[in-house]
Amino acid sequence: MRFTRFAALATACAAFPVSLWPMQTHAHGFVGDRFFPATLLTDDPFVADEMSLPTFTVNPKGPDGSREIDLQTDISKTLWPDIGVTFSDQWEHLRPKGAPVATGLGTFSSELDWQFFKNAEHEATLMTGVNVSWAHTGRVQALGADDFTTVSPLLDFGKGFGDLPDSVPWLRPFAITGNFSVDFPTKTESAGTPNPNNFNYGFALEYSLPYLEENVKDIGLTGFFKQLIPLVETSYSTALNRGQSGQTIGTVQPGIIWAGQYCQIGAEAIIPVTRQTGNGYGGLIQLHFYLDDIFPNSFGKPLFGSLP
Amino acid sequence: MKRALIFAALATALSAQAAQAHAFLDHAVPAVGSTVAAAPTQVQLFYTQDLEPAFSGATLADANGQPIATGPAVFDPRNKAEMVLNLPRLPPGHYKVSWHALSVDTHRTTGAFSFDVQP
Repeated sequence: MRFTRFAALATACAAFPVSLWPMQTHAHGFVGDRFFPATLLTDDPFVADEMSLPTFTVNPKGPDGSREIDLQTDISKTLWPDIGVTFSDQWEHLRPKGAPVATGLGTFSSELDWQFFKNAEHEATLMTGVNVSWAHTGRVQALGADDFTTVSPLLDFGKGFGDLPDSVPWLRPFAITGNFSVDFPTKTESAGTPNPNNFNYGFALEYSLPYLEENVKDIGLTGFFKQLIPLVETSYSTALNRGQSGQTIGTVQPGIIWAGQYCQIGAEAIIPVTRQTGNGYGGLIQLHFYLDDIFPNSFGKPLFGSLP
Repeated sequence: MKRALIFAALATALSAQAAQAHAFLDHAVPAVGSTVAAAPTQVQLFYTQDLEPAFSGATLADANGQPIATGPAVFDPRNKAEMVLNLPRLPPGHYKVSWHALSVDTHRTTGAFSFDVQP
């Protein structure tokens, strides 16, 4: 009897995906008619199968005159349609003023996310998760990589303005994404320097030319220009305690993303906002792959479950 | 050598899947957001990828959001990247086309746009 029930259940499970064929996938950054590109500075408010390889950053000079160049990679994988993980690390090249150059890996981090809200009509989404930067995964002495683990619960949001009335058509391609998180370090200080709790917040304001062309007004853009998304990102981190309350570092980063079928290329200027952040200018460029489009039947789909 | 092999593998994977991805609206006739002098007899939607006809379609609504009977979307078997919606006789007014598309690799996209028919 038990075997019969098991056999029936197994048969039903085997038949279920076949009955739904073709299973529909609706992945990276889509909410309703809105496509959110992968932003370069701030966290994306969606889970996806994607990979940044590489993100090349020339940072503005630090307050002490040092210059850091980073080569970062991250990879995101959906476990279930709305739950995913991201792993990231970076190779750093630090040129301190009047001291030898130091190179090596920075702190390795991982993130578990749950995209718990999506509203297609209003192009809105919410995602929560937790980011962990792991202790002793980079060159602590030479590069200042963390000797402590930091746990950061986070909340991300995305909102497209395609639901605005037809009387303001030119505003409808706008979208905003943002993220909030709080850092909880496992050590209160390292080598005499305090490790405060930080409040992190960032936003990206985008103007989607693909959305303009497909949903609002065909203004005759073709090819390369039809796939551009100008944006401005800004991100801040404010210390909350341990003698550093109120100290804020942050940048404003105007840039542009070209979003293709399988990948996107983005570039941004980096402008420090506070004296603690640094001075002068920097820049970054990123090549980002949509793994769900490149490997739709294997690595590019959730490990468990199918997308609605 | 190792890096060259990885690059070659990635390039092969990209080229092998070159006909698969999300289907975006390339252009439409009447054009997105356009005003036409004469009522069109059909809406033509051209996509960047081939579609699965059984899981793709479009609807038409008037300025008040009331649906207009059009019949199902039609696909040319020789060009699955084109969807056609045959229209009844349309009086002057504001119309909204809503479409949904499933590309051949099962990625789903949706969109909507308006056009006007002049009096």
